[in-house]
Amino acid sequence: MIIKTAEDLKKVKEEALDEATARINDGTQIMVGMGTCGIAAGARDVMAKIMEEVGKRNLKVAITWTGCIGMCEKEVLVDVIRPDSKRITYGNVTPQVVQRIITEHVINGNIVEDYVVGKLDK
Amino acid sequence: MQIYRGHVLVCAGTGCVSSGSRKVKAEMEKQLEAFKLEQEIKVVETGCHGFCEMGPIVIVYPEGIFYCQVKSEDVKEIVEEHLLKGRPVKRLMFKDRITEEMVPHYNDIDFYKKQNRIVLRNCGFINPENIKEYIARGGYEALAKALTEMTPEQVIEEVKASGLRGRGGGGFPTGLKWGFARAAKGDKKYVICNADEGDPGAFMDRSILEGDPHALIEGMAIAGYAIGADEGYIYVRAEYPLAIKRLKIAIAQAHEMGLLGEDIFRSGFNFKLNIKEGAGAFVCGEETALIASIEGRRGEPRVRPPFPANKGLWGKPSNVNNVETFANVSKIIAKGSQWYASMGTEKSKGTKVFALTGKVKNTGLAEVTMGLTLREIIFDIGGGIINNKKFKAVQIGGPSGGCIPEELLDLPIDYDSLIQAGAMMGSGGLVVMDEDTCMVELARFFLNFTQLESCGKCTPCREGTKIMLDILERITKGEGKEGDIELLQSLAETIKSTALCGLGQTAPNPVLATLRYFRDEYEAHIKEKRCPAGVCSALTSYTILEDKCKGCTACARVCPVQAISGEVKKPHKIDSSKCIRCGACMETCKFSAIIKK
Repeated sequence: MIIKTAEDLKKVKEEALDEATARINDGTQIMVGMGTCGIAAGARDVMAKIMEEVGKRNLKVAITWTGCIGMCEKEVLVDVIRPDSKRITYGNVTPQVVQRIITEHVINGNIVEDYVVGKLDK
Repeated sequence: MQIYRGHVLVCAGTGCVSSGSRKVKAEMEKQLEAFKLEQEIKVVETGCHGFCEMGPIVIVYPEGIFYCQVKSEDVKEIVEEHLLKGRPVKRLMFKDRITEEMVPHYNDIDFYKKQNRIVLRNCGFINPENIKEYIARGGYEALAKALTEMTPEQVIEEVKASGLRGRGGGGFPTGLKWGFARAAKGDKKYVICNADEGDPGAFMDRSILEGDPHALIEGMAIAGYAIGADEGYIYVRAEYPLAIKRLKIAIAQAHEMGLLGEDIFRSGFNFKLNIKEGAGAFVCGEETALIASIEGRRGEPRVRPPFPANKGLWGKPSNVNNVETFANVSKIIAKGSQWYASMGTEKSKGTKVFALTGKVKNTGLAEVTMGLTLREIIFDIGGGIINNKKFKAVQIGGPSGGCIPEELLDLPIDYDSLIQAGAMMGSGGLVVMDEDTCMVELARFFLNFTQLESCGKCTPCREGTKIMLDILERITKGEGKEGDIELLQSLAETIKSTALCGLGQTAPNPVLATLRYFRDEYEAHIKEKRCPAGVCSALTSYTILEDKCKGCTACARVCPVQAISGEVKKPHKIDSSKCIRCGACMETCKFSAIIKK
């Protein structure tokens, strides 16, 4: 597109920021446990679902991943870190649960208590 | 829109490309496909991170894990362990030299901690071949602000108030220079960027051109608006092919989006940019020689005045600044002159990019706030001297600058303090020297460079530097005589005050600075026929201490010219007529039986 006004520039900037969310982000973070235990319990499918949901809804969220944190029996573990609240760890996450976490917690800020296994101060 | 959970940044600056980053990137793409991650992880080519010593550099976001000296064999491990399983690969992280601990994050590495990256803010973070990444970082907002909210006079006032001074060498106030070009009468004016970076060891401009070309384009467009120019030239040396390629892509993308061309931001302001490839003559960094070269004439300077602000390219009013100066402009307009002027010393504001080279552990580019001390730059950022040798001096400002000895290491760096110390900011090259450096030989080296690059137009530079060089060559060969030092000093003063352009006027600086701080070394060469650092081969000889030599024959075997003879288990001898003073024998000897005099 051709930029003719400061508003045009802003629009291009917002689009570009969406594409660069992985690098430029100070908002919400979703972290998936991707140790061998996590992957065996289905972390790859959970990750795919998270990416699909985030992409579909055009959310400005950084998706990160980490190794095993020791609670292997509760895998797949997913952490949601919103800038304004505690770090919430969810256990036994499946692709179906992902949908609830995204709509209820990531978008609306309501923790999905049924699956919470830990709450941490950051 | 395709979203990616991770971005792998592979450095594609010239330094990392030559240490193999292209192969790393190709392997990364292959491995991502093999692990079916190509839809989740994006590979981004970036410009230089400045930490060239540690290249090729790979950074993984969102965590910002910093991998260094990555080889293509390491890529599979990064993909499988880190990108797939979330376990960052420790062995490829940067290892702190003191604590010996692995440092996973970019910003925690000593090399980056003391830096203040304003000009280099995007280098190594964005893909320089994609204008949208520059816009994502706030790019072109300053141009929009200047064109739609400010008058050209206000832009000039803002730059004046920021205290920005030319980053190419002299340190002339940029706003003032723009004011002259604005005031000059003419229907056509030009903005010219001097990207003819020629100091040995300096590569900050190249890194900006390669890593963030739009920062230059935006700065030049703002300058064009300020002085009333509708056209600009970037004079860049042809031996920077990657910089030229990325500049061309950037200019084309800016045109496509209407950020260059006609009626930019509906302000009625038109601006277009041309690239002129120079053949790499050092003198073309002088503005009048540079202009002559763009016009297709021989690159020779002329007498000033008239200054280019009044009579520049094709006789029209022109404003010349270097790459780093222009790259500062957009930030000043966007964040305001007060913000900019709050950094630095009283008369030198903002930051300066230095190229750290020579005998320093972390070679690379470092951008620091003005007023930091040399000690902080060389020892904290640079990590100190290689092989833990003793620091001797640092050459600042390339062949036009001078050396600073150890006792002045705590000097806060700004334009004026360096001039007082007999050096100059120049473009910001820092060549660090250890105890094994001969200062007379150093002066000879730099003078040889300027002598070769002298265009020959004026007598003081053409003849004067030649005679100075002859004297220095004699001294390093042990043929110096009484009165040489005085003759060098008198020649230097004459050349400084009578040469036509900056090249000649500054050429004697390395000699004057070494004489000022290391006169005793000159005297040792001339009077005692001795090179204290043991560098000048004509004045150095190696001898074997008979009482320490065990006759192991190691030295004789390693000598490339068979200058060492002797029987096994009996002391050996060096034939100094055959010896080429390479020092191989001394390095080999396990009994410290060989000494250098």
